[in-house]
This record gives sequence, structure tokens and C-alpha cells, in this order.
Amino acid sequence: MRINCPVCGERDLREFYYGGAALKRPAPDAGMAPWDDYVHLRENPAGQTRDLWHHESGCGAWLVVTRNTVTHAISDVVLAKEVAR
Amino acid sequence: MRLRKAAVTVPFTFNGVRYQGVPGETLAAALIANGVKLVARSFKYHRPRGVMGSGSEEPNALVTIGTGAQADPNVRATVQEVYEGLEAFSQNAWPSVKNDVMAVNDFAAPFLGAGFYYKTFMWPKAFWERVYEPIIRRAAGLGGLSEKADPDIYEKAFAFCDVLIVGAGPAGLMAAKVAAASGADVILAEEDTALGGRLLSEVEQIDGAPAIAWVRAVEAELRALPNVRIMTRTAVTGAYDQGTYGALERVGDFGPRREGLPRACFWRIAAKRTVLCAGSLERAIAFPNNDRPGVMMAGAVRAYVNRWGVAPGARVAVFGNNNDVQRTARDLEAAGIEVVAVLDSRTGVRVVDTAGRHALQSITVQEGDETRKIAVDCLAVTGGWNPTVHLTCHMNGRPVWDDAIASFVPSAGAVPNLVTAGACHGVFDTMGCLADAEQIAQAVIKNLGLKAVRVALPEADRAPYEIAPLWMVEGKGRKWIDFQNDVHVKDVRLAAQENFRSVEHMKRYTTQGMAPDQGKSSNVVALAVLADATGRGIPETGTTTFRPPFVPVPIAAMGAGSAGKGFAPERFTTSHKAAVDAGAPMIEAGLWYRPSYFPQAGETNWRQSCDREVNMVRAAVGIVDVSTLGKIDIQGPDAAALLDFVYANTFSTLKVGKVRYGIMLREDGHVLDDGTTARLGETHYVMTTTTAAAGLVMRHLEFVLQVLRPDLDAKVISVTEQWAQFGVAGPKSRDVINAIVDTPIDNDSFPYMGCGDVTVGGIAARLFRISFSGEAAYEIAVPARYGASLNAALLEEAEALGGGPYGMEALNVLRIEKGFITHAEIHGRVTAFDIGMGRMVSAKKDCVGQTMAAREGLVDENRAQLVGLKPVGAIKQLTAGAHLFEANAEPVRVNGQGYVTSVGFSPTLGTSLALGFLERGRARHGEVIRMVDHLRGLDAQVEVCDPVFFDPEGGRLRG
Repeated sequence: MRINCPVCGERDLREFYYGGAALKRPAPDAGMAPWDDYVHLRENPAGQTRDLWHHESGCGAWLVVTRNTVTHAISDVVLAKEVAR
Repeated sequence: MRLRKAAVTVPFTFNGVRYQGVPGETLAAALIANGVKLVARSFKYHRPRGVMGSGSEEPNALVTIGTGAQADPNVRATVQEVYEGLEAFSQNAWPSVKNDVMAVNDFAAPFLGAGFYYKTFMWPKAFWERVYEPIIRRAAGLGGLSEKADPDIYEKAFAFCDVLIVGAGPAGLMAAKVAAASGADVILAEEDTALGGRLLSEVEQIDGAPAIAWVRAVEAELRALPNVRIMTRTAVTGAYDQGTYGALERVGDFGPRREGLPRACFWRIAAKRTVLCAGSLERAIAFPNNDRPGVMMAGAVRAYVNRWGVAPGARVAVFGNNNDVQRTARDLEAAGIEVVAVLDSRTGVRVVDTAGRHALQSITVQEGDETRKIAVDCLAVTGGWNPTVHLTCHMNGRPVWDDAIASFVPSAGAVPNLVTAGACHGVFDTMGCLADAEQIAQAVIKNLGLKAVRVALPEADRAPYEIAPLWMVEGKGRKWIDFQNDVHVKDVRLAAQENFRSVEHMKRYTTQGMAPDQGKSSNVVALAVLADATGRGIPETGTTTFRPPFVPVPIAAMGAGSAGKGFAPERFTTSHKAAVDAGAPMIEAGLWYRPSYFPQAGETNWRQSCDREVNMVRAAVGIVDVSTLGKIDIQGPDAAALLDFVYANTFSTLKVGKVRYGIMLREDGHVLDDGTTARLGETHYVMTTTTAAAGLVMRHLEFVLQVLRPDLDAKVISVTEQWAQFGVAGPKSRDVINAIVDTPIDNDSFPYMGCGDVTVGGIAARLFRISFSGEAAYEIAVPARYGASLNAALLEEAEALGGGPYGMEALNVLRIEKGFITHAEIHGRVTAFDIGMGRMVSAKKDCVGQTMAAREGLVDENRAQLVGLKPVGAIKQLTAGAHLFEANAEPVRVNGQGYVTSVGFSPTLGTSLALGFLERGRARHGEVIRMVDHLRGLDAQVEVCDPVFFDPEGGRLRG
């Protein structure tokens, strides 16, 4: 697997650390249900998924990677910093 | 017999017998040249077997190369090159390949069919692993491992290209020519030692000259180009995501071992586009007793005759269902070998039996009602060709059936950015291959956005491929399909009869195609037989799944560089050498090495040293290297806000020049890590993490800054390696510090939890008044390059005051006496509440883990809470991992109330001490309970107490 880091270019999987699903952190007072979703519940889609990858052995950027779990195609890679803003 | 006189020969041995071979020819060719027919015993029935093929698909001729720790099992004799001193051995035979005792299995064959093991060795259950499996394993098998550590070197490497061309036959060479001429960066990977593919083994003409001349000319042209990289002896083994390909290059295994030369290199090739020109693999025909040594693939026979110049027999018959029957007979005759029968099944003729125990002696041929026996010593068989679709199936692609060539061809687009050309694209004549590859390569180049350069097509043979499928021949005797796993027609039919009708079920029931060759020459025959037995067509029956690797890859090559220290590199502190020189045994802490204790003359065990070091710190002063703790420099206008968000407690209120202890939570409310953070300036902090969690915390901080709080303007960087830091602990610690620093300090300028800049011999250093021992203590940090000299200076001053170095054992006892926690306590399942720090989780601000830490279940008074434990009964030994029970409870799982996490003998208090977690523990101080270690057989009475055993008021810290 190769991920096209927006900072470094296309790099081998070995440089990245998988950070799980890319989710929005609920507000502190959002109540237990959204927090339970955020911390514990995950989709397991056959198809498109968005995960976080950390270019730990590269530039250190956290990335949001959109990929397909069936075809393994990666359709989008963006800096998490830009998504979160 | 050799057809050409060899200019140079070298000696090699096979089963201890010395032969002469031509350097570079395959072991199989050399054995054939020397008239060796019997080379192996089969997997299950120990049937005598000979060389059958001429490439990596070989099912029979697996041998072990070398002896002892350097023995390589299951090497294909058709791939291994001959060199001087090569030692090869038959496998799965005892006492010899000729007189193999286990050949009795063959007589028991009627009982040993598919599913035999499952049906026979059913009970008693206790016999499965103790009796049956060892017997079966001994009887069946291929080569064995040496069971010694592999002394050989392997390597891994990465390569990148615009166009990867897999296979250098006519199609691969043509594709390479086009891609190279168009300026693409090309890798041409060829499994064989030489370029040319089948052209090396066929008698063909290109542009009116022998095809090999064209091959050499193209090779010379490609080698002269800077944008082409030719990799021979390199088998592409797998297709992976985003254009990544695995490839095994045989680097040193074709010659005698040379110092420093790796045996093999595992490549990971990242290619923008790939043209698969892998050619095709010939398939056999399942006729009775078709496995005798001397029955060979027709294409292999031509390879031995035409390429290697050796004669597989003196009287050869040819049997097959396509035009290669005539081609083979033609080449044999041209080489002066007697062709005794040309048996083209399309005329109705069949081979219905063979004879000859250790070598083929005759075949029985049926034509109409007439049966005749023909004396032969070699039978060349061709059942047609299968495009080598393997790589196209590695990402879930399924090949599709093509009736015209009676074979499966790759489905287009099965692997993104991979296209096929030539024989593996289903084009079987040379001219067709060249034209196909030229056209495909043009398209690939255009697709890459380059300008495709037209390359003139040479004129080549256009021999048509005509086939009338023949998969098997009925008759008495076993009709072998998978030679490597000893599967025959009856096994496949039995599978169908027992309702294992799916091809995947048949495969598993019979083990068809599950040997190292993965059924390269047999799978299509097997599914044709299954299709027939189940009354379906071949396309409906389908194929089994092709998985990487295409050829066997040594684990050693795949994991090259990741064994031993490559797997766990060593990190050394600046005081490492001094500690080792002092005789300290070093223990691992993550990848770091830290001194366990510093033995002195007369001390015979670690406890004596440890006790002395603890007493030394409590009475005088001790020095310990704490550089392994993670150090993270945090700067920026929002540095304080970042810390408030990652720590459960507050750091924005910390004054400059002060240090604070903090705990970090995971988002689920459990403790992630703890440590101290110092405020060096208004917008500048330095955080310490535990040794184990340094990387984890660094990643976490980046996560918080980039994902959760990109609004914060702060930067973090690991400075663990940049600073050497030493703990100076004990009542005389200030004396040591003042002997070192340029400007003396006192308790007012550096009170407990103070920090600031100092200089040591003019060198800028940092001083922190923090303690992990409960004593008045400092940590002093200097740039790492001064670490070793600072360590020496500190030790000199400490020793003058009756102090010295202390190791991890003493450090552990000192912190247990004080109830300080480590990752033995914050092991991932405990909360701030559990360790008695629930009130540190600030309710005034949001932080990671704050919301979830408040969950009912995480603040339940009944949770196991941190306690101290002291032995009060006859048993004085406490052990980490032991479980806690009420005094009179039966020590069984359901009665468990907690567990012990840390233990140590306190010389200060003269007793063993433990830290642990106990249900409602904070309310149970003074209660006597039971500690049971079921593994070590210990049962002790312990008193529950406060985890701070020593100096609970903390007076010593502030002194």
C-alpha cells in the first residue's frame, strides 16, 4: 500500500501509523451517546472509508485518507489539520 | 548425455556421487546430462520421480542444497545453477532415493486416498497430536529444515519505475524496447538467468536469423540505455496495492558462498504501470502411471535439447493434444535423437500405461482397438499451455475461460495499472506476441502521458496454436494430476462424489495445488476433471484463488534486516559505557539499556547491591541516568493551552521556573501516561514522559495539535536524544549539585518542584528539583554530548560524599517505598480515580478523556484501587501478578478482589512491600487479606495499607 502524503509525496505503508476512523470529536457536554459513538462504535464498511494515518516516519503529518476497503483504491489524502479547520 | 561438447565442466555431487556439470546450467540439466533419472520421492506415496519441467514450475525435482545450518530445502533442480562444489541431495527418502523404505505407502495406496487422514485418525482424540500427527509428518513431506540458526545474509531493497515489465520473453523484450525508446524509466524483471523466455528453448527465426540473435541484440540495446534496469534471476512474486510488487532476486545462491554476499534480496518495486509478460506454463495430461522418471513436459524436453544441449533420452516418444507434438518431434530429430512414436491425441491415439520402476522403460499406446507397447526411455507430454495469469489474480481478479486456446486468460483491469501482453495475454505465436506487446506498450506509454515512440516490428514465426483439449486418459492405474502433492484423478472424483463440488472445497479435500508449486502445471487439469465429474463446464467450475508468492520466498529474505538487532535496535545512554565498565548488568527498557545494579566487591547477588544502593540514597546520595525518559519540547503562544488539553490537571497556572506532576488520559478515560512538565518560559515548556510511552505521547501530542485542536498555535518536538539527564537523589544531593554547577544554589533559590537554567563548567544546563525516590533530589540535564563527562563528574562528587551510582532495582525499591507509580500500575485499565488521583482531573476545562472518565463505572467506589501491601504472616515473599482475596475466602477466580503490580524488598523498612489494586482498597487500610500466587505456589497473609510506606509527610523531599 502506498499513500500520497500531501507534504512528502507517495510513500510506502511502512512509513505510516494507522490512527483509526476519522471522526469528529463531540463537544464535552454532548452527552454520553455521542461520546460512546466516538470512542467505541465503528462502521465496518465494504466500500468507502475515511481513516487517519500518521506519517510518523516521514513529516509527522496526520492525514485523512479516503479509501475503498473492497478495491483498496485510495481516492483522497488531505492533511487532518485542514479537514479539522 | 550431452549433445554438445562442453568447453568447461566443474564437479558437483548429487546424493554424494560426483558428477561433472557446466557452470551456469541448471542442476536438472546437469543430472540429465549425467543420465540421472531418479531424483526424488513423491510427497505422500514415495513414488520414484524424475525431472519433469525446466523452470520454476517444476513439481518433482525438489532437492536440498548444502548441508548443516546452510542447507536449503525444496530447491527446484530446474532453477538451481550448477557451480563447482555444489552439493545436492534428494528429499523425503530413506535410506536412499533408490531404496526408500517409506515406498510401502505406495502399496497401501488404495487406503491412502484423499480424506484418508480425516476419516481414519479420528479417535481417540488424545492421539491426534501425540501419535497420529508425528507419524503422518514423518511419512509425508518434502525437505526438512536444518533446525539451526540461518547463518546466511539476506537483503531487502526498494525500487521505483514508470514501467515494470515482468518477464523478458519476446513480448517483454518488445514492450521494454517501446517503453525505453519512449523515455520511460523501465525495470525489466526476469526470473531466468538470461533474457529470451521461450526463445531460449525453441528453434525459431526472427528477421531471418536464429531468434536468439534478436534477443541478444535487443538486450545489448536495452543495457546501453540509462533509463532501463534489467534484473535477471528476479521473480516477481506478488502484486499489491497502489502498484507495489514483491520480487525475489537470487543474488548469491547460484554460486558458492562468498563473504558478505547475500543469498537473496527481496525487492519491493513501486511501479506506475506494469506490463505482465509472464508467458505461459505447459500443463500435463493425466494418463495412467504418468509419473515415472522419464515422463516429461514436451516444452521442457525442447529446453533441455535446444537450450542446454542435453538429451533427456535416447528413444523418445511424444504425446500431446496440440501442435507442439510435431514441434517437439522435429527438434528431437534435428538434434539426432531417435523419436520412436509421435502420438497426437487429435488422431485418437492415447498413452494408456507406462512401465519402469526407477526409470521409464516402455509406454502402452492405444489406437482404436489396437494396443501396443513401445520401448522408450523418455516420453514428452504436452496438454497445452496456460497463460501465467497468477499476478493478475493477486488482487481478487478471476481469470476467464477462452475456448479458442482451451485455457484461462487474465481478466482485464484485475490489477489497477497492470496490463498483460504476449502469451500470458493468450497470444501463443511469436509474431503475435511481438505485435501484441508493441501495441500494448504504446498504449501504456500514452497512458503515462509520455510520447510513444513507434518501434519497428521484426518478422517472426507465426506458427498457429491448435489444440483439441485432452485432460485425462481412462485406464487402469493412477492418473497423476498434482505430482508435488500426489493427487490423482480418483482423488478429485472422490471429492466430487463426497460433495466437495466447489473447486475450493476439492482443493482442500484433496490438497490439489497446495504444495510449494501451487499446482502450476496441474490446477487446470484438476478442475477439468472436477468439471467432468460434476457435469459442469470448466468456466462454471472456475479456478481456485491464486495468491502470492508466485514462487517460494524464503522468510529470511522477506524479513531481511528485521532479525535480531534489526528487529530491536539498541539505544544507549551517554553513561552506558561507564555502567558497563562498572560491571553493571544491563536490562532492556523498551529499546534502551539501563543498568540493573552496580555490584561491589564482596557482593554475591543482586539483592545485596540493591539494598546497599537504596540505603546509600536514603543516607547520602545516588546518581542515576534518567535520559531514557521521553523529553518533549513544547513552544508557542498556545503551549499552555495544549498542556491543559492533554493533561488531566492544569498547567496554564504553573509559574515560570516551576515543575508540576501531571497525568494524561486516553479519550476513554483511562490513564495514558504520567510525568513532570517544567515551565521554562511564558510560552516554553519541557515535558517528560515515561521511557516506555515516549513515542506514544509524542504521537498523541501531534494528534491533538493536528486533528483535535488545530486552532492551537504550538509546536512540539522530541528532544529525548538531545539531552542527557541525571537524577541526583539523597540528603547530600545539593552538595553534589553545588560542586558541579558554576553558581551554587540553595533551598530558597531552588525549592522543591523548582526548575531553571544553570551552567556547568560554562555549559548551559537545566536543573529540576524533582524526586522519584522521596529524597531531596535534582535532575540535571546537559546537551547529550556532555553526558558522559557530566556522569563522571557527578559520580566523583557523590563518591566523595559516601554516595555512588544506583541502578533500576534500587530505583524501583525507592519508588515503591514512596508509592510512586510506573506503567506496572498505569497498565492501561486504570483510571485516575483508581490510583487516587481522581481529583486531579480538572472539571474547569476540557481535556482528552475528561468526559469519559466521569462515567459511572469508572468512578465506582467498588473499583479496585491502588493500595500498599505488607506481609504479616509466616510467608514474607510477595510476588507481582499474584491475586488478592479476603482472608478466609477460597482463592478461586470468582473470589478475586485484586492483584499485585509491583514488589520489592525495602531495606529501609526491613520488609517486603507491594503495590497493587484491591476492590474498595482505600477504605480497607489495616485489613489483613490473602495474597495467592497460583503459578508460584505462594499463599501469604498481607495487610492493606497506604501506598506511601515511607515518609508520608514528604519532609525529606523538601529538605
